[in-house]
Amino acid sequence: MDAHVMQDARAAAYASPLDKLDVSEPTRFQNDTIWPYFERLRKEDPVHYCTESQFGSYWSVTKFKDIMAVDTNHAAFSSEAGGITILDRKVEDRTPNFISMDPPKHDDQRRTVSPIVAPANLANLESLIRSRVCTILDSLPRNETFNWVEKVSIELTTQMLATLFDFPFEERKLLTYWSDVASTGPQPGQSMEEWSKWRDPILFECLKYFTRLWNERINKEPKFDLISMLAHSPATRNMQPREFLGNLILLIVGGNDTTRNSLSGGLWFMSQNPDQLKKLRDNAALMPSAVSEIIRYQTPLAHMRRTAIKDFALGGKQIKAGDKVVMWYISGNRDDEAIDRPNDFVIDRKNPRHHLSFGFGIHRCVGNRLAEMQLRIVWEEILKRGLDSKIEVVGEPERVLSNFVHGYSALPVRVAA
Amino acid sequence: MPKITYIEVTGTEHQIDVPCGTTIMRGAVDNGIPGIDGDCGGECACATCHVYVDEAWLTKTGERTESEEALLSFADGLETNSRLGCQIRMTDVLDGLRVRMPLGQH
Repeated sequence: MDAHVMQDARAAAYASPLDKLDVSEPTRFQNDTIWPYFERLRKEDPVHYCTESQFGSYWSVTKFKDIMAVDTNHAAFSSEAGGITILDRKVEDRTPNFISMDPPKHDDQRRTVSPIVAPANLANLESLIRSRVCTILDSLPRNETFNWVEKVSIELTTQMLATLFDFPFEERKLLTYWSDVASTGPQPGQSMEEWSKWRDPILFECLKYFTRLWNERINKEPKFDLISMLAHSPATRNMQPREFLGNLILLIVGGNDTTRNSLSGGLWFMSQNPDQLKKLRDNAALMPSAVSEIIRYQTPLAHMRRTAIKDFALGGKQIKAGDKVVMWYISGNRDDEAIDRPNDFVIDRKNPRHHLSFGFGIHRCVGNRLAEMQLRIVWEEILKRGLDSKIEVVGEPERVLSNFVHGYSALPVRVAA
Repeated sequence: MPKITYIEVTGTEHQIDVPCGTTIMRGAVDNGIPGIDGDCGGECACATCHVYVDEAWLTKTGERTESEEALLSFADGLETNSRLGCQIRMTDVLDGLRVRMPLGQH
């Protein structure tokens, strides 16, 4: 990262009048200049009201403990009332799924999905994931620059999703495609109508495809794949098509670009911190801790949004019922009052699992152990092959234009023969 | 000082001293006992300190709190003797407590 760009961002963050500070601007996430803005808020106005932004007015919650307080208080802070991203969408435009539901409906649906990514089933998935990882790593091009995001991160997570859904393997690219469409917001200058007109037919195709798989499996014996489980569980087998699509999208998106971006981020961080890579190479027992640190440091989802359904006092401020409240996980994960030296990538830190990337409370990421397992297996196989000393990141990463998905579109890499 | 025995799913037992006032979760995490994570740091926010309390001790540990109940309702392998370790503080009455860890935290 260019030192001048960073310096300019720092100056701008501190020069702005505090009450005008708007951390939601997506371009800063893309050029990686968000950090001084969140640092200033944590120090000077940890629960900060922004009156005007492209997303309307909203509260920013930037410190670890305050984020935890909001995340665990689903009685006061609803996921259903306004959805879970800073971008407001009318209820009729939103695809209903359990991440944007409150109890009791949320609970029934989560309980249906949870077993497939519980520790017992993860053990069943491990060898399949490992064989897929081995194939991918063993077919990487040598002595030529390629995009790690495409060839490894996207490829691996897509294969994983296809496995979870028992989706036709040769058509798995559809999963990435639908996930990317589902998580692409309106582009600058694009109206909501234009955006819907582009998006809706594609997601309708997604629904049609999965409905076909559903219809095939509902009449067969229940199996341990997500579609079969949804089709057979009493809580979900009578789901309306829009809800079915919503939950599918949740599982595809939730399991897709998040893990993808941790896979890319991990390589980037290790390449920027070779002393940490060496620690891992010298002590395999540090793997679980390294995985957690990668996930913390990347924070694949920069925020989660809630809508206050009660007046609530937080950090000395009065949040009113109806207010939009944004938990900036990406900020809380750099809060030095909760995490020691948080801006350092340290794979053997104390309490590595104490981070906000998966959230907390009843909505805490249901796939968190699956994400960790994928990362662990990738790094185990990288180290086993000695690829860690052969992989070279040969250029700056390109980041995604989004204040929600915090990730990479490109990471140029070269692997020595 | 009261003692707790933590039993891994393999059957391996770890008996340690845990001071009065310290939670079962903190006792495990601070002593490197595998099988309890405590990701949220003890705030009843993640359910990764899920334990099964030995039947003989269950009532002595008290009742589940409302927020504990909410999180436990999603836990894998939920049993009637399931508790969150961060919600049970050691007392002299609990000296000799035995808890089992689940297959894995989630």
